[in-house]
Amino acid sequence: MRETGIAVVGGGPAGLCAAITASRLGAQVCLIDDNDRLGGQLIKQTHKFFGDKSHYCGTRGIDIASILFQELESTSTRVIPGTSVVGLYPGHVLGLADRSRFSKLACKSLIVATGAAENNLLFPGNDLPGVYGAGAVQTLMNVHGVRPGRRVLMVGSGNIGLIVSYQLVQAEIQVAAVVEALPNISGYHVHAAKLARLGVPILTSHTIKTALGHESVTGAVICKVDKNFGPVPRTERQLKLDTICLAVGLTPLAEILWQAGCQMAYVPELGGHVAWHDEKMQTNQKGIYVAGDVSGIEEASTAMLEGRVAGAHAFEQLRGSNTQSRRIIEQARTELRAIRQGPFSRRVVCGKNKLVEMAGK
Amino acid sequence: MPKKTFSRNQNRITEHPILEFERKKRIRFFFQGRPLYGYEGETIAAALVANGIRVFRHTEKLNRPRGFFCAVGKCSSCLMQVDGQPNTMVCIEPLRPGVRVEPQQGRGKLP
Ligand SMILES: Cc1cc2nc3c(=O)[nH]c(=O)nc-3n(C[C@H](O)[C@H](O)[C@H](O)COP(=O)(O)OP(=O)(O)OC[C@H]3O[C@@H](n4cnc5c(N)ncnc54)[C@H](O)[C@@H]3O)c2cc1C
Ligand code: FES
Repeated sequence: MRETGIAVVGGGPAGLCAAITASRLGAQVCLIDDNDRLGGQLIKQTHKFFGDKSHYCGTRGIDIASILFQELESTSTRVIPGTSVVGLYPGHVLGLADRSRFSKLACKSLIVATGAAENNLLFPGNDLPGVYGAGAVQTLMNVHGVRPGRRVLMVGSGNIGLIVSYQLVQAEIQVAAVVEALPNISGYHVHAAKLARLGVPILTSHTIKTALGHESVTGAVICKVDKNFGPVPRTERQLKLDTICLAVGLTPLAEILWQAGCQMAYVPELGGHVAWHDEKMQTNQKGIYVAGDVSGIEEASTAMLEGRVAGAHAFEQLRGSNTQSRRIIEQARTELRAIRQGPFSRRVVCGKNKLVEMAGK
Repeated sequence: MPKKTFSRNQNRITEHPILEFERKKRIRFFFQGRPLYGYEGETIAAALVANGIRVFRHTEKLNRPRGFFCAVGKCSSCLMQVDGQPNTMVCIEPLRPGVRVEPQQGRGKLP
């Protein structure tokens, strides 16, 4: 059986930073990702990132992925791409599956940075071909250069819904409308304004009622909703389109943590069930750490910082702390605190605080 | 699935304000026995959608059509029969020359 010091599961911004940090400090690190190309969500982000200046704000996601990848290549991290971690056996043994074979990898510490999966929404026809996750549409358009359809209804006006709508227009795909059940747009004003300038209607207090079509989407019925999100009678409108894109949130991909027996908590502010973790990003299972969206849906900059914190602590747990590791942790924590002071972090901070409160129980 | 004639590769983005798509090698593959073309480096799902194909399978009990949903190997919506192998997630399966792709009916047939 193969062995390593630290195994990092997931090669998005969190996993990449965890691996780079631990490896530079001198740990033996193995990074596993189920894609052939590392970078996680970043490889389909063609827009310039929002966030803090010192955290690649203004840089496009795809370019951040290349920077991190180059940094990783300069370390001795062993990368296992195209491989899913499908299970965890007692004694920190990971089950790995690639396209043709199953194998095992034993590690002393484990950093879980698996990110998140897109949510679906309940409405008749939500399983029809043509109803796609917003991230899926991005992958198709921005990674493969393929149009998912000709005319799209976007459901959800958070940043993801707004940004993907803009990217659809860039790819010469019509966006019929963006519908949002809340009475106001939930993403940043800059993104909404860009769309408005292109003439894309953003309909607040509206939702999708039904997807139309037999073998695939041919249209959608939308309607107004009241304060309790119930449909307002006689406000239905039928739109002709071939694609419905769902941008209604993400759920942490926490299967490995459930299997590890980590203490899990349902925290809506963090996107669903997350593993309880402390300031070190360590779960209640010694030697199992979390970082990035799997520890609470947030953003790439915080995912990178959490990755650094987790990577440095995993190193310290195996090899003891030194001035360098302490400095990395101190700096990353300070930066995390600074970012989370912003008004858009209120929800996440509230969620993370709930975890802290749980600690005593 | 109803027989339709598809205009080939109608859904490819050729001009984009930010991205350039380097389409290396053209690859021939088969969908329901018909030859179609895709490019090296893309997934089977991307090649199918580029060719206007969105229905990948029909479900076991209700015979509902399904296409892809997450495109990152997380939801199992896109299972197809690939070179005889059922339950292949085509959204993460790289396109290979000559590969035979069939829509999957229910749980598919073991080779
Ligand atoms: C449309 C959109 C726009 C965004 N814009 C911004 C922005 O402007 N600024 C910003 O800061 N953030 C932005 N974000 C958020 C940011 O992309 C995410 O918060 C960030 O990518 C999370 O990083 P991560 O490493 O936790 O997870 P991910 O990037 O999701 O990476 C996780 C990786 O782990 C892999 N994986 C999962 N499970 C397994 C397993 N069992 N075995 C092997 N591998 C596995 C996944 O395939 C993936 O590659 C945006 C997100 C989206 C969708
Ligand atoms: S589309 Fe979700 S697994 Fe392929």
